[in-house]
Amino acid sequence: MEQPAPAFDEMLRPDGGARGAYSEYAAWFEGQQLAALRKKAEEADAVFRRTGITFNVYGANEAEERLIPFDIVPRIVGAKQWSKLSRGIEQRVRAINAFLHDIYHRQEIIRAGRFPEELIAKNSAFLPAMIGFTPPGRVYTHIVGIDLVRTGDDEFYVLEDNARTPSGVSYMLENRETMMNMFPELFSAIRVREVGSYPKNLRRSLESCAPEGCDGRPVVAVLTPGIYNSAYFEHAFLADQMGAELVEGHDLRIVDGRVAMRTTQGYKPIDVLYRRVDDDYLDPMTFRPESQLGVPGIMDLYRAGKITIANAPGTGIADDKAIYSYMPEIVEFYTGEKPLLANVPTWRCAEPDALKYVLANLKELVVKEVHGSGGYGMLVGPAASKAEIEAFAKKLKARPGNYIAQPTLALSTVPVLTKAGLAPRHVDLRPFVLVSPNGIEITPGGLTRVALKKGSLVVNSSQGGGTKDSWVLEE
Amino acid sequence: MLGRTAGGIFWMFRYLERCENMARLLEAGHRMALTRNTGSDEEWRSVITTAGLQSAYEGRHDDYAASHVVNFLLRDKTNPSAVLPMLETARHNARMTRTALTREVWEATNIFWMRMKEALARPVRETDLPGVIAMIRQQSAQVRGALHGSMLRIDVYNFARLGTFLERADNTARILDVKYYVLLPSLSFVGSSLDNVQWETILRSVSAEHAFRWLNAGDTRPVGVAEFLILDERFPRSLAFCYQKLFGNLCYLERDYDVRMPSHDLAAQIHEGLQTRSIDAIFESGLHEFLTEFMTCNARLAAEIERDYRFYG
Repeated sequence: MEQPAPAFDEMLRPDGGARGAYSEYAAWFEGQQLAALRKKAEEADAVFRRTGITFNVYGANEAEERLIPFDIVPRIVGAKQWSKLSRGIEQRVRAINAFLHDIYHRQEIIRAGRFPEELIAKNSAFLPAMIGFTPPGRVYTHIVGIDLVRTGDDEFYVLEDNARTPSGVSYMLENRETMMNMFPELFSAIRVREVGSYPKNLRRSLESCAPEGCDGRPVVAVLTPGIYNSAYFEHAFLADQMGAELVEGHDLRIVDGRVAMRTTQGYKPIDVLYRRVDDDYLDPMTFRPESQLGVPGIMDLYRAGKITIANAPGTGIADDKAIYSYMPEIVEFYTGEKPLLANVPTWRCAEPDALKYVLANLKELVVKEVHGSGGYGMLVGPAASKAEIEAFAKKLKARPGNYIAQPTLALSTVPVLTKAGLAPRHVDLRPFVLVSPNGIEITPGGLTRVALKKGSLVVNSSQGGGTKDSWVLEE
Repeated sequence: MLGRTAGGIFWMFRYLERCENMARLLEAGHRMALTRNTGSDEEWRSVITTAGLQSAYEGRHDDYAASHVVNFLLRDKTNPSAVLPMLETARHNARMTRTALTREVWEATNIFWMRMKEALARPVRETDLPGVIAMIRQQSAQVRGALHGSMLRIDVYNFARLGTFLERADNTARILDVKYYVLLPSLSFVGSSLDNVQWETILRSVSAEHAFRWLNAGDTRPVGVAEFLILDERFPRSLAFCYQKLFGNLCYLERDYDVRMPSHDLAAQIHEGLQTRSIDAIFESGLHEFLTEFMTCNARLAAEIERDYRFYG
């Protein structure tokens, strides 16, 4: 269903002229033939297939690998806009790390009455194993992905803070590679900030969080659930780009008080483990006993300071959707500043008044599961049928604490290339942030996800979304 | 590197080599079937025997019709030694060990798989067979070229090469042994000057007919063919060539890891055996016995390498 109000288009003004950040691109586009561009788009697909930039679909045939559709029209952000966004992102990420440290130590924010204790106490993302422990370098979220949406020229909202294991960075990098191969002339004409140093920065950032007493160059490994995981390509890609070993749980065991991997020359200890395995599966001795994906006993060594785990276990508490609604308080409490980035107004269905409002206005709202992700289990009110809304209302009444609701935002659009030429589609943006004791580093741009269906607001790749190259212009 | 990665690479290259060998075998079989006056079924039966798949094949088909044999060896999902299933395994290994491969090698392998999946999506008709075989050869060459041109000469590369040459040596020895039996049930024939079309099949099966003629013009004695395929270090599919390479790859690992493993001694011993024996001596003590012994040693070396370098997974 179409938005009631026309959405803000990032490229074109209502009168059809290009906005500032797009002026050079639009001029270039004018001179292109649609047929030639469509051909380029097909070539891009072939490149992705050949390089194996695919994802596996949960529940689908094991051998099935799909492409995430790629659109060749870039998403462009001006230099000034970006520097403003970066300041907001940095502030938010700093607050998230301070919050995590606090919540696993003295819980000052709860003592100060600014945050309800029950959100922690009853939350499975809160890990008692982390209480009283400070990760090496005091870094909790080595890698964060902050999902932003835009509703107007200078209106941005944070939709979600991905503080566990944000994915998609490989698409950011490959999209740029592909664009530079297809349209080199664009990059010589327009000065776009580069993203290619992300893997190098990631490695350096991880190394700087190595445990104390690690001598020599830290050994970094990427822990993947394995070849059938939906993000396996990304795990392999990052390991490869960083020059790190790609390991699975069964490659690791504890040898002489260290987490070590089975190499051709015997067991070799690891200093920093960039894990792409959820907390629950990390250590069958501490968490899920049936897990085959983790390393038995790793939590004990972690707490003894023998290995760095990135992101730290227990960071999920910071990207819980119920806690999200407290982010403005969290930012203010730890930074002493007003939040630079806005939160989307959020109704916590656990609160009776909020629930009443949400039930009465389901048709206008987006309702999300507190622990859900990937666009599963959510209701987009304006796009839902009457029957869907009724069914959802039942679920909501049965377990109100499991849901939050937000107004349906008129997400901005960026044109995509269709058979008929440019057509607007809704987008979001996930910038990637690296945190180390030396500071916070934000890659200019990030991953733009785009809902390819006309009018759709769901950008998740698991739900038919695609991606775009995201440009931040040089000053 | 992980032992799992080393094993994955080793097997990836064994499978790739096997795919290529299968294509050569099919090509030779097809050629013989076309040029002989007697029924072509005999030739196709011999191809299946050489591939060591007689009982598996007979469980699937009652006859040796060309289309049955060709599709059994190229694309039958129930046959793990068919080209497509092997290629799938090789590509699976490449994906699993993606970080150990250069982008070029990974892409060449992925493209190989994509092309073959498409080409073998439906049963292959006889008119398409030469094209399919050419594609296998060409795509194999792409992977090999990418390996040579882009990989660092470190342990990964050497594990890849060890897989290739162990597989190749086994293949050449097996072809010789099978044909030896088919042709010469009695040792009394050995040494006689037989201008036998079967010897040509052997040469074709390892793509050696041209090379052999180039080097040994006019020599069509079986002993000459055997000497070429066993002892001639100039021919890249001979046993001697394979062992020269295997020995070199293990020497590299010895230097790199600074430790000499039992596999190294074993390879040195087999290599020396190939360097010091003459073809006459081999025939005297029995070609079949020699080949059997060789294949046993070759398999033992493969197992020893897997143990020494801690393959698993």
